[in-house]
Amino acid sequence: MTTDKLIILSSADLALAAGLVLLLAAVSWRLRLGVGKGMLIAAVRSTVQLLLLGLVLKALFSNSNPWLVAALATVMLAVAGYEVMARQKYRLRGPWGYGTGTLSMFLSSFSITVLALFTMLQPTPWYDPQYLIPLLGMLLGNTMTGVAVSLDNLTRQTLDKRHEIEARLALGYPATDAISDIRRDALRAGLIPIVNSMTTAGIVSLPGMMTGQILAGSPPMEAAKYQLLILFLIAAGTGLGSVVAVMLGSHRLFDSRSRLRRDHLTG
Amino acid sequence: MSHLRIEHLKRPGVDAAELYVDDADCVALHGPSGSGKSMLLRAIADLDEASGEVWLDDRPRSGFSGPAWRRQVIYVAAESRWWDERVRAHATDWQAADLEAVGFGQDVLDWEVQRLSSGERQRLALARALAYAPSALLLDEPSANLDGPNTERIEALVRHWRAHTGGCALWVSHDAEQRARVASASYPIHAGTLGARDDD
Repeated sequence: MTTDKLIILSSADLALAAGLVLLLAAVSWRLRLGVGKGMLIAAVRSTVQLLLLGLVLKALFSNSNPWLVAALATVMLAVAGYEVMARQKYRLRGPWGYGTGTLSMFLSSFSITVLALFTMLQPTPWYDPQYLIPLLGMLLGNTMTGVAVSLDNLTRQTLDKRHEIEARLALGYPATDAISDIRRDALRAGLIPIVNSMTTAGIVSLPGMMTGQILAGSPPMEAAKYQLLILFLIAAGTGLGSVVAVMLGSHRLFDSRSRLRRDHLTG
Repeated sequence: MSHLRIEHLKRPGVDAAELYVDDADCVALHGPSGSGKSMLLRAIADLDEASGEVWLDDRPRSGFSGPAWRRQVIYVAAESRWWDERVRAHATDWQAADLEAVGFGQDVLDWEVQRLSSGERQRLALARALAYAPSALLLDEPSANLDGPNTERIEALVRHWRAHTGGCALWVSHDAEQRARVASASYPIHAGTLGARDDD
C-alpha cells in the first residue's frame, strides 16, 4: 500500500461537504418535501458512527487484541440483526423474529470472512483487524440487505397467498411443495441487488470501495482486483445468507403436521 | 369403502363430541353463518390444530402425517383457490369422466384459471379434489353459487363417487331440501358446537 499520494482531509473539507447536506435540508424545508429532518438526523448519525468507528479501529489496529476484534464483530452482527428485523412488515413471533435473520447473517458473513482471511488474503495474524473488520463490514452490510429483502418478501407473500398455500395443503401437498414458488420468489428478490451491482460495476457505478482505494492512492488495477474479490464474496455471502434465512423462515411458517401457522407471524 | 369417526374434536370455536359417517355415506351439517361449520371441516382435515381424534376406517389421524391425512380426507373450501396459471397444473390424474360430470370437456385443462367464472372454478374444484382419489370429502357449501342444473351436477357426481369408490362425505349446506337429497342424516352447529341429529 502506498500512502505517499494520500491527500489528508481537513475538518474544513468535511465541513464544506456537510454544508451541502445542510443546503439540501434547507431546500427540502422550503419546498416542504418533509425529508429535511430525517436527512439531518441520518447525516449526524453517520458522522458520529463513522468517527466512532475510526476511533475504535485506531485503537484496535494498535494492539490487535483478538477479544476486542470478536467483541466488535459481535456488536456489528447484533446491530445488523436488529436492522433486518426492523425492516420487516410482518415478523416471526418470539425469538425467531430476531434469530432467523441474525443466525443466517452469522452463518454466511462470518464463514465467508473467515474463508477469505484463511485462503485469499492470509494476513498475520489471521484476525488482523485491518483486514477482518472492513471485510466483515462489507459482507454484513450487503448480506443484511439480501436477508432483509428475502425475509420480508417471504412473510408478505405468505400472508398474501395463504389461501393458495392452504389449497395445496388441503390436497395433501407437504409444506415444502405448498410454499416452493414463494420461497423461490423471495430468494430471487434478495439476490437481485447484488446481481445488479455486479452487472453495472465499473460501467454505471464506480464501486465505493474501489473509489476509496483509488482516492487513497492505490494503483487502479490493484483496486479493481480488490473490488472483484469483495463483489464475489458479497455475492456468495448474500446468496448463502438469503438461502438460510428463507429456509429457516419458511420452516417456521408451518408446524410439525405441515399446517400453515398464521399465528407464528405478527401483524 | 371408507368411514370417518370424530371423537371430542376441540379447538376455540369448534366442539364436536361425536360424529360418524358410514362407508359410502353422506352426512350434512348446517348452521347460521359464523357458527363454525368451516372451522369444523378445517379441524377434521387437520388444517387447524385441534385436540381429540379423528379415525379413517380404523386408523387414527395421529397415525398419519399431516399431508398423508389430508390426501385421504380432502377439504374442499367454499371458495376454491388456484395457485397456477392453468387448470391442468393443479393435479396429475384428472379424470375425464369427472370433468364431464361437472360440465367440462378435457380442453378445460388448458384454460387459464383467471378466465374462469367463480361458478366454473367451484365445479372444477370438486373434479380437482377427486383427481387426488380421496377416501373422504369435506365439502364446504360446494354448490353455494351455482344454478339449478349445475347444483344437480355436483350432487350427482358426489353420489356417483360414493357409490363407486365407497368414499364418504361431510356436506355443509344451507338448503334443507338439498340436505334431504344428498345426505342420510343432518346435524346442526351452533356457536361451534355440534348438536344432536336432526329429526328426519
